[in-house]
Amino acid sequence: MAVAERLRDAFLAALVAAVLALPLIGFETIDTGGPLGIKTRFDYIAYSAIAVFFGRLGMRIAFDWRRRSREKSMQDEAATADRKELLSDLGRKADKWLMPALIAFAVILPMMPFASRTVVDLATVVLIYVMLGWGLNIVVGLAGLLDLGYVAFYAVGAYTYALLSMHFGFGFWSSLPLAGLLAATFGVILGFPVLRLRGDYLAIVTLGFGEIIRVILLNWQSVTGGPAGISGIQRPSFFGFPFSADPPEGTTAFHQLFDLEFASIHRIIFLYYVILALALVTNIFTMRIRKLPVGRAWEALREDEIACTALGINPTNTKLTAFAIGAMFGGFAGSFFATRQGFISPESFSFIESAVILAIVVLGGMGSQAGIVLAAAFLTLLPEVAREFALFRMLAFGAAMVLIMVWRPQGLLAHREPTMRLHPAGAKAGKGAP
Amino acid sequence: MEYFLQQLINGLTLGAVYALIAIGYTMVYGIIGMINFAHGEIYMIGAFIAVITFSILGIVGITWIPLALLIVLIVSMLITGLYGWTVERIAYRPLRGSFRLAPLISAIGMSIFLQNYVQIAQGAKIKPLQPMIRGGVELMKGETFSVTLSYLQIIIMMMTLLLMLGFSYLISATPLGRAQRACEQDRTMAALLGVNTDRTISLTFVLGAVLAAVAGVMVSLYYGVVDFYIGFLAGLKAFTAAVLGGIGSLPGAMLGGLLIGLIEAFWSAYFSIEYKDVAVFVILVVVLIFRPTGLLGRPEVEKV
Repeated sequence: MAVAERLRDAFLAALVAAVLALPLIGFETIDTGGPLGIKTRFDYIAYSAIAVFFGRLGMRIAFDWRRRSREKSMQDEAATADRKELLSDLGRKADKWLMPALIAFAVILPMMPFASRTVVDLATVVLIYVMLGWGLNIVVGLAGLLDLGYVAFYAVGAYTYALLSMHFGFGFWSSLPLAGLLAATFGVILGFPVLRLRGDYLAIVTLGFGEIIRVILLNWQSVTGGPAGISGIQRPSFFGFPFSADPPEGTTAFHQLFDLEFASIHRIIFLYYVILALALVTNIFTMRIRKLPVGRAWEALREDEIACTALGINPTNTKLTAFAIGAMFGGFAGSFFATRQGFISPESFSFIESAVILAIVVLGGMGSQAGIVLAAAFLTLLPEVAREFALFRMLAFGAAMVLIMVWRPQGLLAHREPTMRLHPAGAKAGKGAP
Repeated sequence: MEYFLQQLINGLTLGAVYALIAIGYTMVYGIIGMINFAHGEIYMIGAFIAVITFSILGIVGITWIPLALLIVLIVSMLITGLYGWTVERIAYRPLRGSFRLAPLISAIGMSIFLQNYVQIAQGAKIKPLQPMIRGGVELMKGETFSVTLSYLQIIIMMMTLLLMLGFSYLISATPLGRAQRACEQDRTMAALLGVNTDRTISLTFVLGAVLAAVAGVMVSLYYGVVDFYIGFLAGLKAFTAAVLGGIGSLPGAMLGGLLIGLIEAFWSAYFSIEYKDVAVFVILVVVLIFRPTGLLGRPEVEKV
C-alpha cells in the first residue's frame, strides 16, 4: 500500500475514534445534586485520536510486513510444508512434553527460594482456574456443548461445603464428594430438559441457569445469608490436624505433629498442594476418559451429531454424562474455593467468572490440556500484574480477550484432533484423510 | 382489575424496550449466526449518550422538550450506530469464517471492555436524569387505585410501534433488506450474485445499534437513572426475548420482547419482585422444551 493511502486509512480511523470519544470521554458528568453538571475534557479526545492514528498506522505496517514475509516463504513450497508440519507437531508435542514440565514445576514451586506467601497464594488461584478450565473443557472442548453458566456448579460446590460444615460439622474431605455429587445432580437437572436444544439455545439457557442460581443465592436469606454470604467457614486441616498456633485441647496441630516452628504459610502451602492434587485428578480423569467409549462418543458427537445418532449413540445421554462430569469437577473446585477463602458470597459467582473460565478453555485451544494451563495462568496473572492500574485492569482484560481471539482464533495451543484414530497421527497413511 | 390493567401497561412499556434491543440480537444472529454479546453494552452506551446530551442541552438552554428529545435521539442513534460499526469491525470481522466459539469469546471480551470503558470515562456512580416528561392520562378511576398511562409510556409505545413498522418495511421492501435476507440464506451465494456482504453485515450491526440507542434513550427517560452495569441484564433479557420468539425472526423478537416485559411486570406485581429474573428464564426453558425453535422460529431441517 502506498504511503498516502496508509496515512489516509489511519486518519479515518483516528476520525472515527474522535467521534466515538466525543460524548463519553469529551464530556464528564458531575453530580451537583440537581441536574447533572458537565465538564469538558476535549484534550483527552485529541490524545485518543492521536493514539489510534499511530496505532492503526503501526498495525497496518506490521500486517504488510507479515504478509510480505509470508509470501516470501510461500514461494519456497518445501519450507511451508515444513512449517505446517512443525506447527501441528508443536500442538501434539505440547501435551506430551509441556505437561510433565509444568507439573514438575508446580510440584517444586513452594520449595523455590522466591516462593513467598504471595506467590504461593497466586499459584493457588491459577490452579483453581486451571481446574475449572479442565472441568469445563470436558463439556466445551470434548463434548462441544457451549456452557455459559459453569459458575453455577462452582457456586453449588462452594455453598454445599459451607452449609455442610456450618450446620452438620462436616470436614473438607468428607464433604468434597457430596459437593461434587450435588453439583453433578444439578448438572443433570439442568441438562435433562435443555440438552436436546441446539448449541446456541443451550448457551443462553445455561447462562440463564447461572443467573438463576445467583439470584437464589442472593435472595434466599435464611439459608445462604443473602448478599452478605457465609463467613467463618471451617478452614481445612491436615487430615484432622489443624493449622493453628494454639490448637484446642486434645488435638495436635500440624506444626506439633511434624515438630516444626508454627508458621502461617504451612496452611497456604498445604492448600496449594490440595488444589494441585485436585487439578491433577481432573487432568488424569480427562485423559483416561477420552480413551473410554463414553469419551470417544463425546468427541464423535462434537464432530457430527447426526452420524452419531445413526451409529446408535444416544446423544442426550452422552451429553448428559459430559455435563454431569464437568459439573462435578466444578463442584469440587467450589468446595476448595470455600475452604480457602473462609468466606463466600454470591458476588464471587457472577457471570464474569463463567466468561473467564470459558475464555480460558477457548484461548487454550479447545481440548488442549496444556493450553488451558497457559491460558489460565495468563488470564489470572494479567489482572494481578495490572493491579497498579486497578481501574484499567478489567479494561485490559477485555481488550486482551478480543486481541488474542483476533490474533489466534484457534487458541494458543490449537490441536483439535480425535484422541483415537485409525492410523496413528504422523503416519503417512493417516495424512490424506483429515 | 385496575391493578391488572396498570401492570399490563407497565409490562407493555418494558416489553417495547426489550423488543427494540432484541431485534439487534436476532438480526445479527440471523445473518452471521453469532450471539452478539456486546449488544447489551451498546444499549448501555446509547443510554449514556442520551443522559450526557440531555445534560448538555439543559446547560445550553434548549429545554423545549420535543426539540430536545429529537436532538438527543439523533445524536444517540448516530454515535451508538458508529459504536456498533466499530465493534463489528474490530472484534467480529477478522473472525469471520473461524470456528463458532471464537466470535463469542471476542464478543464477551468486547462487552467487558465497553463496560469498563464507560465506567472509567464516566464514573461508577448512578447517573440521575431529571424527569422531563411528566403527567399522563387517567384511564380508569377505581376506589383505591387508578390506572394511569403516562405520556412517556405513550411515547415509548408509539415510538417502538413506528420503528417496528419502518423496520419491517426496510427488511421486506428495500434493496438493503433484500441484501440482508440474501446474506441470511446463503452468504457465499449472495456474494457471488453481487451483494456486498461485508457492507451488509456492517449495516446490520449499525441498524441493531441504532435501535438499541432508541431503547437506551427511552429507558434513561423512563427510569431516570443510568449506570454502566445496565447493559448486562437488559442484554440478557433481550436475548432471551429473541430466543423465546424464535431467533432470526423479526416478528418473533417483537413478540418475545413483549412477552418478557409482561412476564416480568406481572411476576413482580403478583408474586415476588426478587425472583422476576428467575421467572423469565424458567419460562424460557419451558417454552424451549416444547417448541425448541422458539414461538415463531422456523424448524431447522438438518441435512447430511
